[in-house]
Amino acid sequence: MAFVIDYQNIFTRVQVRGPDEVGPPIDTGIYSRSKTIRHSYWAGKIGDAQIGPIYLGWFGSASLLCGIVAFEIIGLNMWASVNWDPVQFVRQLFWLALEPPAPQYGLSFPPLAEGGWWLLAGFFMTLSLLLWWVRTYRRARALGLGTHVAWAFAAAIWLVLVLGFLRPLLMGSWSEGVPFGIFPHLDWTAAFSIRYGNLFYNPFHALSITFLYGSAVLFAMHGATILAVSQYGGEREIEQIVDRGTASERAALFWRWTMGFNATMESIHRWAWWFAVLTPLTGGIGILLTGTVVDNWYLWAVKHDFAPVYPPPPYTPAVDPLTLPGATR
Amino acid sequence: MRTASTCLTALVLTSALLLSGCERPPPATEQTGYRGQSMGSVANPRTLEMREAANQPPEAQPAADPSGPRASTLYQNVKVLGDLSEGEFIRLMASMTEWLAPADQSCGYCHNLDNLADESKYQYRVARQMLIMTRSLNTDWKSHVGETGVTCYTCHRGNAQPQATFRQDPGPRGAGGFTASRQGQNFAAMAVGSTSLPNDPFSRLLAYAGEIRVSTPTALATGNPRTIQDTEMTYGLMIHMSEGLGVNCTFCHNSRNFGQWGDSPPQRATAFHGIRMVRDINIRHVQPLAAILPPERLGPEGDNAKVFCTTCHNGQPKPMGGAPMLQNYPELGAVRPAP
Repeated sequence: MAFVIDYQNIFTRVQVRGPDEVGPPIDTGIYSRSKTIRHSYWAGKIGDAQIGPIYLGWFGSASLLCGIVAFEIIGLNMWASVNWDPVQFVRQLFWLALEPPAPQYGLSFPPLAEGGWWLLAGFFMTLSLLLWWVRTYRRARALGLGTHVAWAFAAAIWLVLVLGFLRPLLMGSWSEGVPFGIFPHLDWTAAFSIRYGNLFYNPFHALSITFLYGSAVLFAMHGATILAVSQYGGEREIEQIVDRGTASERAALFWRWTMGFNATMESIHRWAWWFAVLTPLTGGIGILLTGTVVDNWYLWAVKHDFAPVYPPPPYTPAVDPLTLPGATR
Repeated sequence: MRTASTCLTALVLTSALLLSGCERPPPATEQTGYRGQSMGSVANPRTLEMREAANQPPEAQPAADPSGPRASTLYQNVKVLGDLSEGEFIRLMASMTEWLAPADQSCGYCHNLDNLADESKYQYRVARQMLIMTRSLNTDWKSHVGETGVTCYTCHRGNAQPQATFRQDPGPRGAGGFTASRQGQNFAAMAVGSTSLPNDPFSRLLAYAGEIRVSTPTALATGNPRTIQDTEMTYGLMIHMSEGLGVNCTFCHNSRNFGQWGDSPPQRATAFHGIRMVRDINIRHVQPLAAILPPERLGPEGDNAKVFCTTCHNGQPKPMGGAPMLQNYPELGAVRPAP
C-alpha cells in the first residue's frame, strides 16, 4: 500500500449557499431582529457563511455598553500610566495594568487613582456579563430552546465573581482582587499560589484542572469520531440518538474495540457539557476556600494525606535560622 | 500532493523555530531531588562559561612582611587599619588603588596628595567606612561569606562605584491626577527580571528590615495579615536573587512549598544570612554616607546607591566562582596581634 500524505484541512471544505435562513418568527418589540443578511466567504471557512440577522435588544445593548465602559476604563488608565504616550502604550501593553486598591482601604471606596477605577471597571464588567447572561437565557427561551448555554455561561461568571467580588468580600479587602492586565494578572496568580502555600495542593484546583484537560480530551475524541464517520452520515448526531445508523454503530464499535466502552450520541454531549461546566465551578470553590478557610494548602494536604510522602532529600536540609538561638531578624 | 509536502515542511520548520526559542540548546539539567519534584537546576553551559570568564578574581599582590611597627604608630589619622605592619598597609593601599581608583587619579582619588592624613575628600571618608564594613563582613558575617571572605574587589571590580546597585525607584511617572497610579509595578523592570512585579522591592526589604515571609505556618487561616501585595514584593526580591545568582528557585527552595524549611536545600540558610548581611551593609554602612556625598552621587530620590545580591554575585552562585578573596588579604579580616 502506497503511503499518501492526505492534507487534513482545519477549514470547512464545503460551503453550501442556499436561500437565506431567517429563523422562526419571534415577538417583535422595539428592537426586532435586524433584517440584514450578508454572506462572508471567510466566515464560511470556519463556520456558517451567513452573517445575520442579529438581535441585540435592550439587554444586549446595555451589556455591550457596560462592556465598552469597563474596557475604556481599563484601557485609558493603562494609557494614562504611560503618560498618554502611544508608542509606550503599545510597547508596554502586556506589562500594564489597572490595579485593585491597596490593602489599607479594606472594603471602602478608595480615591479613583488608588483603586477607585478598578472598582468601577469591575462593576461595569460584572454588569455587562450578567446582562449578557440574561440575553443568552431570554434568546434561548424565545427560540423554544433549552437553557444549557446560559447555565454553562453562568458557571464561568461564578468563577469571575468569586475572584473579583465574593472572595475579596469575605476577606474584607478589595486588595485581594485580581488586577486587569496581561502579565500582572499572571503574576497575581503566581503570588496567590505562593501566599497560600501552593495551589496545586488545593483539591478543588486539582478537580478543576481534571475537568479542564478532560474537556479538551473529550472535545478532541468527539470531534475526531464524528469526522471519522462523516462519510456514513455521522454528522446527523441528534437523529442518531434515537435512530442509530451505520455511522453511529461503527463509531461505537471503534471505541468498544479500543477502550471497551463507548459513549452514545446523547451521552457524549452530556459528558462534554458537565466537564466544561465543572471546570469553573470546582475552581471557584477552591478559590473561595483559599485564605477564608485554608491558608496553606501544602500543610492542609500533608495533614489530610493528600500530599505524597517522598524519601528524604539527597542533601542535608536547611534549618530555619529564625528558630536557632540568638537569631537575628 | 506537492502543496501537502510544502505545508508539512513549513509546519515542521516553523515548529522547530518556535520550540527552539531564543536560546541555543542544549541547556544542562541537573537533578537534585527525588524524581517528579522538579528539584534541580537548568543552566546553559555556554552562559555559565561566559559568566565565569567575566568573574575572574584579580591577581593578588605579593604578600607583605607582617613584622615591624604598626601603621597606627607610623602614620597619622589611621583609624581602621592601625593593626597592620607598614608593608601590609602600603600593600593594601596599592591594592585598593588597583581595585577601584580611576587610573588617572590613583592615590589622589581619595587622598589629598599634599597631606595623606587629610580627611577633606569625601572619598577618603567613604573609604574609611567601607574598610570598617569589609572587616565587619569578614568577621561578623561568616554565616554568609564563610572563610571565602570579601575584599573591595568583590563589589568594585575596577570601578570607583560598584556597577550593580539600587536606588529608591518609584518607577516611571504616569499622567497623574485622578488616573490610576502604577503602584510601583507593571513595567518591565530589569531589577526584577523584566516581570511586572514591584520594581523596587529593595528599599523596603534590603535597606529596611521589612518582613519577607508571606506564607502561613498552619494549614487553616489564623489571621496571617500578609497580603497579595506583600507577596508580590517578596516575589520581586526572589526574582532578583535568582537573576543575581544565576540560579533557579530550587537552588534554595523545595519545589512543593517555598515557605517550608523542612526539605529546603542548605543554600537557603546561607541566603537567609545574606539578606540580613545586605541589610546590615545598607543600614549601618552605606545609607549614612548619603550625608557626605556630592549631589551627582545621589539618585533622583536623593538617596545613594545601595547594595543588593547582584552587587557581589554578578550572576554567579558564589562571587568570583567562590575564589578565596580573604586568603590573600588577611589584613581585611579580624584584627591580628602583632607578631
